[in-house]
Amino acid sequence: MPIRRFKDCFAGIMFLFFGAAAMFFSVRYQIGTAARMGPGYFPFALGLLLALLGIALIAASLGKTREKQAPPSFQVKPLALILLSVVMFGLMLRPLGLLLSTVILVVTASYAGHEFRWKEAILNAAVLVAIVFLIFVYFLDFQVPIRPWFLPGRI
Amino acid sequence: MELLANIALGFQTAVTPMNLLYCLAGALIGTLIGVLPGIGPVQTIAILLPTTFSLPPVSALIMLAGIYYGAQYGGSTTSILVNVPGEASAVVTCLDGHQMARQGRAGAALTIAALGSFVAGTFATLVLAVLAVPLSELAFKFGPAEYFSLMVFGLIGSVVLASGSMIKAVGMILLGLLLGMVGTDITSGVHRFTFEIPELSDGIGFVSLAMGLFGICDIITSLEKREKRDILKSKLSGFWLKKDELKAAVPAVIRGTLCGSLLGILPGGGAILASFTAYMLEKKSSKHPESFGKGNIQGVAAPESANNAAAQTSFVPLLTLGIPPNVVLAMMAGAMMIHGIRPGPHVITSNPSLFWGVIVSMWIGNAILVLLNLPLVGIWIRLLSVPYRLLYPAILLFCCIGLYSVNNNTFDIGLTAGCGLLGYLFHKLECEPAPLILGFVLGPMMEENLRRGMLLSRGDASIFFTRPLSLAFLLMAAALLILVALPAIRRRRENAFKEE
Repeated sequence: MPIRRFKDCFAGIMFLFFGAAAMFFSVRYQIGTAARMGPGYFPFALGLLLALLGIALIAASLGKTREKQAPPSFQVKPLALILLSVVMFGLMLRPLGLLLSTVILVVTASYAGHEFRWKEAILNAAVLVAIVFLIFVYFLDFQVPIRPWFLPGRI
Repeated sequence: MELLANIALGFQTAVTPMNLLYCLAGALIGTLIGVLPGIGPVQTIAILLPTTFSLPPVSALIMLAGIYYGAQYGGSTTSILVNVPGEASAVVTCLDGHQMARQGRAGAALTIAALGSFVAGTFATLVLAVLAVPLSELAFKFGPAEYFSLMVFGLIGSVVLASGSMIKAVGMILLGLLLGMVGTDITSGVHRFTFEIPELSDGIGFVSLAMGLFGICDIITSLEKREKRDILKSKLSGFWLKKDELKAAVPAVIRGTLCGSLLGILPGGGAILASFTAYMLEKKSSKHPESFGKGNIQGVAAPESANNAAAQTSFVPLLTLGIPPNVVLAMMAGAMMIHGIRPGPHVITSNPSLFWGVIVSMWIGNAILVLLNLPLVGIWIRLLSVPYRLLYPAILLFCCIGLYSVNNNTFDIGLTAGCGLLGYLFHKLECEPAPLILGFVLGPMMEENLRRGMLLSRGDASIFFTRPLSLAFLLMAAALLILVALPAIRRRRENAFKEE
């Protein structure tokens, strides 16, 4: 049977996956009895419900009578670059310090947009570095490494 | 006269220089993000949550509440002047508000929006003050069975009144409840779903989840669309209402206020639903329905009053029963828990100055907004010309710094990126993240009450059906589900959210 409603079908698969995973792990924790529920009881029940719901969604998405639904379209560039900029900020914050990480985050994130201009992104980064320095370092005395590890000075 | 004494206590708490400052800050930030499209109160509360950690809980809640109702004011400004709803609850205001602006009555539209909001805010604050004590006393009679059923009712209600597919919304609730299970089980001490990651033993951080699903995901999806924003400069003049405008607007404000106050209290209600409903009611009950959409002042007055009233009365279920009725209030519940206050009926007795202080601050905040909003309109409009491509890196940056400051660890930042990816998947599959957050907040409470209830009844599930209040909640939940499943109502519900 052809899939008529892609988004519903994938959502069903997602629910089924999470539900099955929840059940799989809950069994390892103690299930217990209805009167004395173990740590696995409630998550197992939730997982079961979620999995059933997922199956229902998948089944409904196959029917011929329902109106058609287009498969979702993805754009890789903004997704990858925004997530990358966040992860990089997390990884670089301690070794490179707040100010340099800020520049990297702002430039990477700006690159994800439609109209990227080097000059503008760097100017934006410079302004934000100044704001961050003023608010978080000067006023809030934020406990975070400020400068890269190879430069001497305060943390 | 206990009410007066309580309100006096509230004034004592709210009218300190520091709390007034945070009230002002919250209201201003709220207006600002209300003006900017693409960022709403949910994202802002998620982003600012970490910065409130160092504040006393009262000041933190005063500021966060200010963001919510401030956003209702700000959203209307851009709806009227630029035909861009800055906020989802201001979508209907565009219809008549912008038409009024084109007819040269922008000033009048802004005035009635601000005054209507203020009247509504005042009334809703009173509703909150009057209902709080009896409702929380009722809640004290609740046992675990009643709480569990109430939460079921609240979760179902939030699904039914939200837009989009019902089945998916229920699935998102279940997923949220499951995500709430991650971490150490309180009763047994077993680590659940932590996959040996020590940072997860306290559970998934609320801030990480909310910021990933709303903040980061929203940035990614906005970048997929091309930015187009045409600034239509309309002249601002004539803030005073004409006599006939006033005559038409006053009853609309009253109807909108009542409608909003009621819808705010219901589970799943809130500012968005209230403004849509008030507009539709106004149009249906009008003698000249054809004049709507062509600059009818009632079409501005009613929804603007309704959204502000609802924003405020939706604090009722949170503060008295501990059940957040919508996602913004779920954020507030998260904020309260981070500050060590468990939302529920005992807040009012164990922490009266916080409770009444926050309520009174809402009224003060509304007054501040009326005074500030009209003079500042010019500045808000100019802010709209800041392009999104400069704005979003800044939002992202403040998200990341805020995340780090929660626990001073970088794990939270990575976790948020993961939640952002998940949020993107939800967005593509048309699964709304709001029910998930609600489930996430209520999950641990629900499990606890279910366990306790079943322990008390020695494993007999009939305890949920034999206690009258518990049964009533379950019946209401079932009735809601059946109502929505009926084809006629389903079609209407789909249309209601599609209209305009």
